Amino acid sequence: MRYRFILFLTFMLAITLVLTACDGDEDESAEEVDATESSESDGEESSGSEDDSNSEASSDSEGDQVLVFARGGDSESLDYASTTDGESSRVTKQVYESLLEFEKDSFEVKPGLAHDWEVSDDGLTYTFFLEEDVTFHDGTDFNAEAVKTNFERWADPNHEFAFADDGYVYSMYGTMFGGFKGDDGHVIKEINVVDDHEIEFVLNQPLGFFLQNMGMSYFAITSPSALEEHGASINENPVGTGPFKFVSWSKDDSIILEKFEDYRKEGLPKLDEVIFQVIPDNAARLIALRSGEIDIMDGLNPDDAAGIEQEESLVLLTRAANNFGYLGLNTQQEPLDDPLVRKAINHAIDRSAIAEALYAGYAQPAVNPVPPGYLGYNDELELYEYNLDKSKELLAEAGYEDGLEIELWTMPVARPYMPDPETVSEIIQNDLGEIGITAKIVREEWAPYLEKTAAGEQELFMLGWSGTNGDPDYFLSSLLHGSNAGSSNRSFYKNDEVDKLLDEAKRAVDQEERADLYKKAQEIIYEESPMIPLVHSEPVLATSSDVKNYVPHPSTSESLAEVELDR
Amino acid sequence: MLAYTSRRLLMLVPVLFGMTVITFSIIHLIPGNPAQTILGETATEEAISNLEETMGLNRNYFIQYTAYVGDLLQGDLGTSLRTKASITTEIGPRLAATIELTFFAMIFAVFIGINAGIISAWKQNSWFDFLAMVFALVGVSMPVFWLALMEQWLFAQELGWLPAYGRQESRDPIDPITHFYVIDSILHMDMKQLITSLKHLVLPSIALGTIPMAIIARMTRSSMLEVMKSDYVRTIKAKGSGQFLVIYKHALKNSIIPVLTVIGLQVGVLLGGAILTETIFSWPGIGRYVYEAINYRDYPVIQSGILVIAFLFVIINLIVDLLYAFIDPRIKY
Repeated sequence: MRYRFILFLTFMLAITLVLTACDGDEDESAEEVDATESSESDGEESSGSEDDSNSEASSDSEGDQVLVFARGGDSESLDYASTTDGESSRVTKQVYESLLEFEKDSFEVKPGLAHDWEVSDDGLTYTFFLEEDVTFHDGTDFNAEAVKTNFERWADPNHEFAFADDGYVYSMYGTMFGGFKGDDGHVIKEINVVDDHEIEFVLNQPLGFFLQNMGMSYFAITSPSALEEHGASINENPVGTGPFKFVSWSKDDSIILEKFEDYRKEGLPKLDEVIFQVIPDNAARLIALRSGEIDIMDGLNPDDAAGIEQEESLVLLTRAANNFGYLGLNTQQEPLDDPLVRKAINHAIDRSAIAEALYAGYAQPAVNPVPPGYLGYNDELELYEYNLDKSKELLAEAGYEDGLEIELWTMPVARPYMPDPETVSEIIQNDLGEIGITAKIVREEWAPYLEKTAAGEQELFMLGWSGTNGDPDYFLSSLLHGSNAGSSNRSFYKNDEVDKLLDEAKRAVDQEERADLYKKAQEIIYEESPMIPLVHSEPVLATSSDVKNYVPHPSTSESLAEVELDR
Repeated sequence: MLAYTSRRLLMLVPVLFGMTVITFSIIHLIPGNPAQTILGETATEEAISNLEETMGLNRNYFIQYTAYVGDLLQGDLGTSLRTKASITTEIGPRLAATIELTFFAMIFAVFIGINAGIISAWKQNSWFDFLAMVFALVGVSMPVFWLALMEQWLFAQELGWLPAYGRQESRDPIDPITHFYVIDSILHMDMKQLITSLKHLVLPSIALGTIPMAIIARMTRSSMLEVMKSDYVRTIKAKGSGQFLVIYKHALKNSIIPVLTVIGLQVGVLLGGAILTETIFSWPGIGRYVYEAINYRDYPVIQSGILVIAFLFVIINLIVDLLYAFIDPRIKY
């Protein structure tokens, strides 16, 4: 026993010695640095004052503009095109730029890396004129060749930078450009480099939202030499032309970006450093904001929003709606194949109760299956009135005066467009009960839910959709075009007239013409009621009142180039 | 001792085998096609069959299992579906984060728990005993997330003494070497960072350590009370040894075995089950790694994460078993 005790003592002594030794080292090394500095300044007396100012600047980190942006989850990948994750493009938006950009608070396109563009009359040739004297963060020149390399990388799984063997799939490219190289629907026929700063895209068929796609952060431009250098680990080593350079990524914790000194826009970015910090718990994130540890918090609980409006040191912001949750009706099954029954249900759903119960009012009842503010959003249509008498009348007219029984499939997972599916299904069940419809709630795991709703086994069901390129086609065609029945169109809605309008609108180049076509399609959809749009949620977020010029974008990815801190 | 140790090590083999079978089966036990589950509502049929191909889900179970174990033996835990990075490299820093937190939480729990238990037993039925045991009862029953949020509210928001989240100052990060930030800051010989990383440890350690602390206190007290009544303690007391010596030298050693069992179990629980604490304090540990993977249906990560946690649990139990024999040489299984 004594022997062991002595061993222990010796061990402790050893540790203490090591620790003190380290301490000594620290002092010594500090002294060494001092010594070398002083000897240097001795050597060059004239530069002495300069040295002083330098060391002052570096030690005075308080003056640096460092912004901490806190969010709920980490990025999946910093290779924007191979992911559909919003937390990823939120970060890559700072590092990379696309040929076009979106306006600060809408999906209207404006110049990006291309300062100008031309569209041929037949809508088959798009020519982009690129900014000159732009370099990537690694010093490589930005030019037409770089643009071509990026687009070919996404289109062709056999491209040297496609990294298909490493599991890279560019699903957003496939969705937005009708497939990949060799597919029937693939829109881009060829890409021609006219000269260093002029590039031409030749299409197989016109695509009404081609320019819209070019503004997406999913189609930004990566430095070709970085692709060469990093290969498949480009997803952890992003190199773009954006206002901020990538510094480091500590997974599930933080991503650090710093100012790109040679950014093409004079005087930008204003911040020296941006840190994307993961704080998973909404309440903890709010505490961190109040204690000043972070500057911007995404993902505020709508219930906390009212409190924040009262606080002087915080600012409450809302993002414009870019999604909607819906109650789908399987139009191929009795009794939902009868438009009268569908309209009866539509009149019976109290959307404002849902907006209030789930979003504390930070949502608007949805009229159309497209978010407001989108091209061609039909604002002449009015919300189906919540009117039980009318609803009962319609039901009686359809021959169901004694009521009916129906299955209501409820989503097993929460989504931004449907944060609490269980509550929504209960509200709907209640509402339907009022008009004599007995809804039986059906629960399935997520995969079987998706498989079975795609196979058409459901009657009433809940799902939603979120926007990406800000074009109505992505909503209307995906959800209601007959050709998508059984995949994304789970209402199995097939209407030749609607299909024709949507096809025309997809091919038209003139945006006003497109808007008219979409408005017409929405009118028919409104009358036929194949789905009941519930609400468009307007996500709330909060910032410290020191943060200036921060404008949340509906896509959830906004550039922080112009943001500054007023401390 | 050697025979005991080797026997104990041999017993690990079937346990480890069982673990791999269970983790391997996870993906096949969930209803529905795994590829559909992973890809979600916007998945095309082509994407689903591609994913099945890459994950090898279309091969037969036996071949899949052999490939899985073969990779494991080479230290390859697979590739994350979500981040496309190697899980072996991704899991390292997270494991370090969790071990660091568990270590400090257990220091808190063991130090306070054992001492409170001893004093309660020593001064049985005193006001201290009463208070300590009420506190222990509250500690056992307190929801971790509530305690954590209250800590954050008081010490971060109202008083501003301690940081509310993370392992380091966001604006002044530590350059990781071992990913144990306390050790790293010592290696960097950076006093400021050492204090920062310790400060970040305080609130989560207390939140995480409170339940084990209460359990340890109760266990120590009851075990101690039993030993205090034994003949040899009475003899030592009669010999005229001081109270303190009697308790800390003689009684403690004999009452520590059941406490050690509890400590071992609790360490295992904390290593794998710190998800709540890690989430609320945004501690990038292994519990959260697995939790996020569950959210994203990143099956390779779920499998490997569970395997690593189970492995740690087994190792800690092994250490505890060996410690038994070390403390009490009479123990021979």
